[in-house]
Amino acid sequence: MGDVAIRVKDVRKRYGDLWALDGVSFDIAYGECFSLLGPNGAGKTTITEILEGYRSRDAGDAEVLGIDPAHADREWKSRVGIVLQSDRDLGDLTVSEAVHHFAGYYPNPRNPDEVIDAVGLTEKRKSRNEKLSGGQRRRLDVALGIIGRPSVLFLDEPTTGFDPEARRDFWDLIDGLKSEGTTILLTTHYLEEAEYLADRVAVISRGRVVECDTPARLGDRQKGTARVTWLENGHHRELQTMAPTKAVSDLSARFDGEIPGLTVQRARLEDVYLALLDGDRYAEGGDSE
Amino acid sequence: MSTDVRLHIPSTVSIGRRRIIIELKQFFRDKNSALWNFAFPVILLVIFGSVFSGQQIGPDITFSRYFVAGMIASGVLYTSFQNLAIAIPLEREDGTLKRLRGTPMPKVSYFIGKIGTVFVAYIAQVTILITVGILFYGIKLPSTALQWFTFFWASVLGLVACTLLGIAFSVVPKTGRGASAVVSPIVLVLQFTSGVFFVFSQLPHWMQVFASFFPLKWLAQAMRSVFLPEAAAALEPSGSWELGMCALMLFIWVIIGLVLSIAVFRWTPRGSN
Repeated sequence: MGDVAIRVKDVRKRYGDLWALDGVSFDIAYGECFSLLGPNGAGKTTITEILEGYRSRDAGDAEVLGIDPAHADREWKSRVGIVLQSDRDLGDLTVSEAVHHFAGYYPNPRNPDEVIDAVGLTEKRKSRNEKLSGGQRRRLDVALGIIGRPSVLFLDEPTTGFDPEARRDFWDLIDGLKSEGTTILLTTHYLEEAEYLADRVAVISRGRVVECDTPARLGDRQKGTARVTWLENGHHRELQTMAPTKAVSDLSARFDGEIPGLTVQRARLEDVYLALLDGDRYAEGGDSE
Repeated sequence: MSTDVRLHIPSTVSIGRRRIIIELKQFFRDKNSALWNFAFPVILLVIFGSVFSGQQIGPDITFSRYFVAGMIASGVLYTSFQNLAIAIPLEREDGTLKRLRGTPMPKVSYFIGKIGTVFVAYIAQVTILITVGILFYGIKLPSTALQWFTFFWASVLGLVACTLLGIAFSVVPKTGRGASAVVSPIVLVLQFTSGVFFVFSQLPHWMQVFASFFPLKWLAQAMRSVFLPEAAAALEPSGSWELGMCALMLFIWVIIGLVLSIAVFRWTPRGSN
């Protein structure tokens, strides 16, 4: 009991006739990085905003740091960090002013200049926020989310608009927070991001958790076939097999050494993710949108 | 751990002070709103003051002087009601309020920040208006302690009432962009009917009755008692400044504003939950 930072039990939320959340349950342990995956409209933001204290729920139990977010007080809020989707506020302030200002809300904030450095905005600290690029703007949001030294951090699509290098830097930053013991709930559209950062992922579709497991085991990924591809007579050849090592060794014998253009790939997270969503749609009678 | 946090959590007042500073930075850096809040009243003053410069409305009283007093009263309405009823819907829309609600900042600190900004903006605006009035339109600084006292309480009661009303009214505009289209006409109508653009006693009776339900009429009347000679009281419909009534009406609007702002204020746009 004591090692659960976030507990969600059979949470339901209705918008008009539509059940946006139709009985969602999961637990997140202290220090765990947990990622929610799912298509737009699946309910990721709804469940996240219920846990952040922004939205009410129609049924079920939710607990973050032992408290129902619907009854959040100041002390609870000072232990929770929130990075929302795309805000446009604070435009007239500089990066440094904004981060220093928000540090003043918290009992035990991080050093603002160190946070600015950690998100890679040191060179931009004197720039007005309205002049920042999309990715820089996102990094400011992250800085404001972690300035209070939160025990629990909510990240809603934090790397939208990042170039690949900035995304790598961001992953390092999150790794650092994880090693300090921060519990993280990450919503993302980038599967490689979930694979790199998350200890466990939950796939959400139509307001329900379809499957929840480690990225390596999701959808029986570790048991599935591997795909071996190579070039032969100028043609692209491909083989699905349960025994990729044997396939490669056979090919190697056939080519007498080096196999041209060889790749061996287990199912990618994206493949099992899409398969899970397909399966869910099929289970519902195939009414896809 | 949890008792530790409670011990060191910053106080509502100290966060309120930080809000005032950050709000002022944002207020004065936003060029459009700075222009709207400071240049526009001066432009109005110059236009009306010049058009009616020769017009005597009483012994030793030009309409220009009468108008300066009305514009100072309007300054209260501009910097508090108009400013907040336009700014808060924008903050609700651009994510400012949502972000704040996710932090340990108390609501009261947010309102302290707004009230502080309104007071500073008002002091700046009224200084500009009085300076222009003294230089070009023959008004004088208050000469008696009573006039200074009236100036003080009328400003404070008017600002508090109109700040609270602005916070309450901020739920009316559906979008941030449309807010000024909803708010500005209300301010204009009040100015036309409350003795700012026209001499109040010359307005139709029904218009006088209408205006006397709202704060601007009483505010303008109190400001005239401060910036016009004693003899000008004869121009009021009742023949006197009715300062007690002015204070009472403004105080009633403080109470109305307080009740309304607590009852209707919301952090999120309508229909977002």
